[in-house]
Amino acid sequence: MASTSKVSYWELIKNGITKDNTIFKLALSLCPSIAVTNKLENGVLMGVAVLFVQVTVNTTISLMRKVIHPRVRLPIFMLVISGWVTVTSMMMNAFAPEVYKQMGLYIQLIVAFASILARAEMFASKNTVLPSMFDGIGMGLGFMFALTVISFFRELLGKGSLWGIPIVNAKPLLIMILPAGGFFAVGLLMAFFNWIDIRFFKKSPSGSAH
Amino acid sequence: MGNDFTKIFELIVSASLINNFVFTRFLGLCIFFGVSKKMETSIGMSITFTAVMMISSAVSWLIFHYLMIPLDITFLKIIVFIGVIAGLVQASDTIMRKVATALYYKLGIYLALISTNCIILAVPLINADENYTFIQSLAFGLGSGLGFALALIIMASIREKLELADVPAPFRGLPMAFVVTALIALAFTGFSGLITL
Repeated sequence: MASTSKVSYWELIKNGITKDNTIFKLALSLCPSIAVTNKLENGVLMGVAVLFVQVTVNTTISLMRKVIHPRVRLPIFMLVISGWVTVTSMMMNAFAPEVYKQMGLYIQLIVAFASILARAEMFASKNTVLPSMFDGIGMGLGFMFALTVISFFRELLGKGSLWGIPIVNAKPLLIMILPAGGFFAVGLLMAFFNWIDIRFFKKSPSGSAH
Repeated sequence: MGNDFTKIFELIVSASLINNFVFTRFLGLCIFFGVSKKMETSIGMSITFTAVMMISSAVSWLIFHYLMIPLDITFLKIIVFIGVIAGLVQASDTIMRKVATALYYKLGIYLALISTNCIILAVPLINADENYTFIQSLAFGLGSGLGFALALIIMASIREKLELADVPAPFRGLPMAFVVTALIALAFTGFSGLITL
């Protein structure tokens, strides 16, 4: 993958947010995108946690890539990921105990994110440290962006507030903070981004991302 | 004893209907959207899932209570449970290939997918957090498995019909699946309050 390392760091970050956006484009790691996005604050913090794990995992794997035997690479990747997730969840528990009480389970489940393992396997195990780090930043920011957008709309419509501060003084749409509202929000946003692709970039509808 | 039995029944109903993993806890969505395109694959997946979930909640309960609590290493539970599940999946893969070859060729591919799935990891984590007894953990595993199976089968039967429908271009594929799931989830909120634990 010599050619990939020629791509500028800026490109790597941009790809993570737009072309390879974890949630809207690749449709991976969908669970937290609905579970924790009923409040803007939770969505952003979850995004920060994932960004941290993605960057540290990518960096660690690319540092270790020469000493990992290819046959045992997957168990080792899992170990590295779960190590960093444990660190993150303990830090969240110490610095933001209120938030952790609400979404501790989902922080622990970052371990099972397909997107983190996929980046470790596809990018970090083949590239040097700096590009891997920037790739991690790009993917993490893309994830954070998606969570922020979803939770922005859900809190605004469902509670009439943003970050706990009341904004709209009308009767809120209760359905948006219910579980069903999360599925609606993600479905409609995905359709919106597909529509942009079709309308402005003349791409054929991507259909199922699998 | 009768009281215990009621509690176990309540646990199964609550895990499968009221706190359904897909519709109210939002776990296992990747697999849920991935395999619900065809009825046959979703039935295969449901069977494998329920079995693995029960076995893994039993094994991880034993490890958690007889190994990790005495040694005071409960903070390592994420790493340990992931290891237990990966080992279990690998073991059942090997055993199935030797003992039930026909079944292996039908369900084998799903086994490989399971080891990195969040539901399977969530069940032991919730069991540990809620301090369930051994029997309760088993019941929780069974209930969660049944709930996931129910969700997959409902979704697969809708999506098979959806193939024939004329969906607007931007909604084709996953966005439509999400909207359909939202409608099912809305129906499932009707179960809330059925049993209060």
